[in-house]
Amino acid sequence: MSTATADAVMDYDEAMGKFDPVMGLEVHVELHTATKMFCGCPTEFGAEPNSQVCPVCLGLPGALPVVNEKAVESAIRIGLALNCEIAEWCRFARKNYFYPDMPKNFQTSQYDEPIAFEGHLDVELEDGTVYRVEIERAHMEEDTGKSLHIGGATGRIHGADHSLVDYNRAGIPLIEIVTKPMVGAGERAPEVAKAYVSALRDLLRALDVSDVKMEQGSMRCDANVSLRPRVGAPLDEAQLAVPLGTRTETKNVNSLRSVERAVRYEISRHAAILDGGGSILQETRHWHEDTGITTSGRVKSDAEDYRYFPEPDLVPVAPTRETVEALRGTLPEPPGLRRKRLQSDWGYSDLEMRDVVNAGAVELIEETVAAGASAGAAKKWWLGEPSRRANGEGQDIVTYAAGLGLTPAHIAELDGLVTAGRLNDSMARQVLDGVLAGEGTPTAVADARGLELVQDDGALEAAVDKVIEANPDVAAKIRDGKVAAAGALIGQVMKEMKGQADAGKARELILAKLQ
Amino acid sequence: MTDLPTDLTRATAADLADALARKTISSVEVTQAHLDRIAAVDGQVHSYLHVDTDGALAQARAVDERRRAGESLGALAGVPIAVKDVMTTKGVPTTCGSRILEGWIPPYDATVVTKLRESGLPILGKTNMDEFAMGSSTEHSAYGPSHNPWDLDRIPGGSGGGSSSVLASFQAPLATGTDTGGSIRQPAAVTATVGTKPTYGGVSRYGLVALASSLDQAGPCGRTVLDTALLHAVMGGHDPMDSTSIDAPVPPVVEAARAADVRGMKIGVVKELGGEGYQPGVRARFDESVALLEELGAEVVEVSCPNFEYALAAYYLILPSEASSNLAKFDAMRYGLRVLPEGVDAPSAEQVMAATRDAGFGDEVKRRIILGTYALSSGYYDAYYGSAQKVRALIAQDFDAAYSKVDVLVSPTAPTTAFRLGDKLEDPMAMYLNDIATIPANLAGVPGMSIPSGLADEDGLPAGIQILAPATKDERLYSVGAALEAALVDRWGGPILDRAPSLGGAAAAKGA
Ligand SMILES: [Zn+2]
Repeated sequence: MSTATADAVMDYDEAMGKFDPVMGLEVHVELHTATKMFCGCPTEFGAEPNSQVCPVCLGLPGALPVVNEKAVESAIRIGLALNCEIAEWCRFARKNYFYPDMPKNFQTSQYDEPIAFEGHLDVELEDGTVYRVEIERAHMEEDTGKSLHIGGATGRIHGADHSLVDYNRAGIPLIEIVTKPMVGAGERAPEVAKAYVSALRDLLRALDVSDVKMEQGSMRCDANVSLRPRVGAPLDEAQLAVPLGTRTETKNVNSLRSVERAVRYEISRHAAILDGGGSILQETRHWHEDTGITTSGRVKSDAEDYRYFPEPDLVPVAPTRETVEALRGTLPEPPGLRRKRLQSDWGYSDLEMRDVVNAGAVELIEETVAAGASAGAAKKWWLGEPSRRANGEGQDIVTYAAGLGLTPAHIAELDGLVTAGRLNDSMARQVLDGVLAGEGTPTAVADARGLELVQDDGALEAAVDKVIEANPDVAAKIRDGKVAAAGALIGQVMKEMKGQADAGKARELILAKLQ
Repeated sequence: MTDLPTDLTRATAADLADALARKTISSVEVTQAHLDRIAAVDGQVHSYLHVDTDGALAQARAVDERRRAGESLGALAGVPIAVKDVMTTKGVPTTCGSRILEGWIPPYDATVVTKLRESGLPILGKTNMDEFAMGSSTEHSAYGPSHNPWDLDRIPGGSGGGSSSVLASFQAPLATGTDTGGSIRQPAAVTATVGTKPTYGGVSRYGLVALASSLDQAGPCGRTVLDTALLHAVMGGHDPMDSTSIDAPVPPVVEAARAADVRGMKIGVVKELGGEGYQPGVRARFDESVALLEELGAEVVEVSCPNFEYALAAYYLILPSEASSNLAKFDAMRYGLRVLPEGVDAPSAEQVMAATRDAGFGDEVKRRIILGTYALSSGYYDAYYGSAQKVRALIAQDFDAAYSKVDVLVSPTAPTTAFRLGDKLEDPMAMYLNDIATIPANLAGVPGMSIPSGLADEDGLPAGIQILAPATKDERLYSVGAALEAALVDRWGGPILDRAPSLGGAAAAKGA
C-alpha cells in the first residue's frame, strides 16, 4: 500500500563497499502475432473490453487449445537470436493457481522443457564495456486477462468496491526470457540491468516479433536482486565463490529507467537490512514509479505450489533441425554488429554514435540516409530540434516524430533543399519549425513562407557595393590582405538581403571586389 | 429390406435410416414416436436431464425438407439421437450432471454435436451421467440416478448410464457417450446394449467437458453393432480444433460391421481379466462367447498382460490429477452457479469461488479433486503422478506385446452384472473395481467395444464381452462384434433386449 513507510536504505557507495550484488531478470514479451497463442482471436491492443474472446480463451467448459505455429516460430527465432539451444522435443505444462483474470485457473506455460535454453546476450554499456548476460531459458506461455479494480485508494484489489476483468489479453502469446544469476557486475549492476533490458528490446524489435512497448505492457520486467558479502573485486574468484544471498523479486518494472532505479533501490534496501544484522525475506516486491521505492508483496513460501504437469490437451512441439536452420536464416543482423557497421558507414565518432543510440535515432537516421541525406545532416537535424522537443515531452524520438507526422523523407528533403542552395542553414531551421507545426512538407513550408535564397546576382552585387562604401576602413583592411575581416561585411550584406542570400556567394563577391 | 415394427422405437437405426431414405417414413414421425416414448417411460427410468422437444422436431422437419428437396443426405439423416450431457450443445442446457453448471446454456456446439447436426440427426435431449463423468452408476449425478430398464432398482452403469438406459428402454435408437475408464462400455454391458470407445484421438474432444484429457474419448452407443458403426462413422474423423485428434480418415467400421467376418483372425483372451472377482454368470457367458468365436473360424489363444494389475492404481492417480486441473475453471466468475458465502459482507473473489465450489460439487468430485491436488503437489509428484505415468507406459507395452501375437483381445466388460442402487455408494473402492477390465484401454489409448454376451444365470441380468484392438484398428472391433452378435442373436432367437421389461409404455410390438 502506498501509505507504507519507506524502508531504511544504505547509501549506494557504502553498500557497494560491503556487499556484492547478484541479479536475475525475467522479461515477459508479448508476441505481436495476428492471433492468440491457442485460439484464433485477434490480439490488437486497446480494443473494446472482452471483444476479442472465444470459448477457448475464455476457458469455457469443453474448449481446447491449438498451438499458434507462428508463435512457436517467433519463440525459436528469439531463442536463436539469444544464442540458445533449441529443444528437439518439448511440451507445454499447466501452471495451476486460482485468479479471476485467469480463465482456466491454470496458465498453459512450459516448465522443465523450455523451447530454448542455455544462451547469452552481449550487452554494451554506455562507455563501451561489454557484459555477457547468460540466458537460462526462453519459454512459451499465454498471457492472463487484465483486472481493473474500481474504488479504493490503491488501484489494487484490497479496498476496491468491485473489479472488472477484460479477457482480451487472455491467451496472447508470451515469451518469458530468464537470465542466469548475473554476477560480477559490481557497482555497475543497475546499469547492466538497464542495458540488458534495452539490448533485449532492440533485439526483439529487430526480430519483428513484438511491439516491445514497455508502457503498454508488451514487454514487462521482473528484477531479482540479492546481496552477498564483499570479499574482493567483483570478478575475483574468491568473490564469485561466495554463496548467493536471499533474493527478492520486484515485479512489473516497466520502463528502462525504472529497471535501473529499482535494482539500485533494492541493493540499498537489502544492504541496510543485512548491515543491521537482519535477514532478507524471500518475497515479491511492488515497484512504485512515483516514489522510487519498493513495497512488500506476497511472501514466497513452500505453500506456493503450482502443481505443474504436462499439458494433456496439446501435443509436444518438435521442430525439425531443418526448420530451426531455416529460421536461423531469417535472423536479422545482431543489433551490436549492426551498430558497428552503421557507425563505420556513416563515419561517426564513438561519441557521436553513442549520442545517436542514446537518442534512439539509429533507425530514423538509417532511413533518412536511405532517402538521400548525408549521414552528417541526418544526425544534425534529428538530434537538434526534434530530439530536444521529444525530450521535453518525455517521449522517445520515434514516437514523438510519428505523432507529428515528421518522417525521414522530410529530413532528407530538407537536406536536399540546403545542398541545392535553395535554403541556408537558418532558413532550413525555420522550415523545420514549419514542418513540426504541421504546415506540410519542407518544400511546401518554404514556398508558403517565401523562404528562398536570392539567386539574383545583381541585387547581391548592389548590396555588396553599398556595404563596402559604408565601411571604408574594413574594406581597406581586406585590401591589405586581412581576409578574415570579410566576415563583418558578410553579416551586413546578409542583413541588407533580409537573410535571403547565400553567404558563400556574398563572401566571394566581397573578396573579388577588394583584391 | 426389413419391415419396420409398428412401434418405431423398437426399430434399429439402420432400419430407420433405410425407411427414411426410401421415404416410407418421415423423420418427424420417428422423432415424435421417441418423444412419446420418453413421455411415457422416462418418469421411471430418468435417462434424460433435458428433453428438447421443439429443437428435435424442428431438426426433424428440416431434414425431411432437405430430403424432399432432393439433397443428398448422410447415412443416418433423420434418425434421432440422445446426447450425453457432457457435450456442449449451443442453446441447450449442458450440466455434466453437476449442480455447478445448473442453468448454463453453452454458446457453442461440441464438434461431435456439429457433426450430428450436419448429418441431420435430430437431438432428442441430454442424457444423465455421474457428475463430470466420475462414477460407474449415475448415482453421483446431482440430479438423481438413472435406472436400469432390466430392473429399476439397479444401476444402468456409469458414467454414461443415461445413454445406456435410453437405448435399453427404447427412448432413442442411438446415443453418444464418453469413456474415460469405461463410461461407454460398462453401461453397455449392464444394459445389454453396444458401446465403443474409439482409439484415443479418433473422435474430437472439442466441446466435451473434460474429465481427464489424456484418457477421455467420445464414442457411439447403440443397440446393435451395425447401428454403433454407423454412428461411429458420423462422429469420427480429424478435427483441427482438437490437437490430439488423429489426422486420418475414420477406420472402415461400417464395412467391417456389415462383413461380420472373423475367419482367420487371432483372438487373445486376457489371462489377467476374468479370474477372481468376476461373477460366475458373467464368466460363463464370456466363455460361451469365446467358444462361439472359435466356431466362427477365429483362432483363440490365452495372452498375458502382467502390468494390467497396476492399471487401476495408476488410473486413480492420473485421472484425479488431470481432473483437479480441468475442474479448476468452475469458479463462479464467468458462467454457471454462483454462491455467496453466508454471513460475509462484501465477499472477496476467493471467498465466492470457495463457497460456489463447496455448494456446486458433489462428494465424489471433491474426493477426486483433493486426490489429484495431492498427487501433483511438489514433493509427491514423482512418487504419484510420475510413477503412474511409468505404469501407463508399461501397460502400453503389454498391449504392444499382445498385439504382436493376436489381432484383438477379449475379456468380460465388467466383473459383475448391474448392482443395486445404493449398494456401493458408500464404498468408493468397490465402485472403482467395476472398471478394472475397461481401464487399461484408456491408459493405452487403444479402442474397445462392449456387446451383450447374454444373461447371467444367478440374476438373469445382462453381461457384456469386451473386444479390444490396436490403436487405429477400430474396424476389427466391428468385425468381431458383428460376427459374434449375429451368432448370439441366432442362438437367443432374437435380440436380447426383447427380453427386457417393457416398462408399460406404448405397446411394445416385437420386431419382425
Ligand atoms: Zn479466443
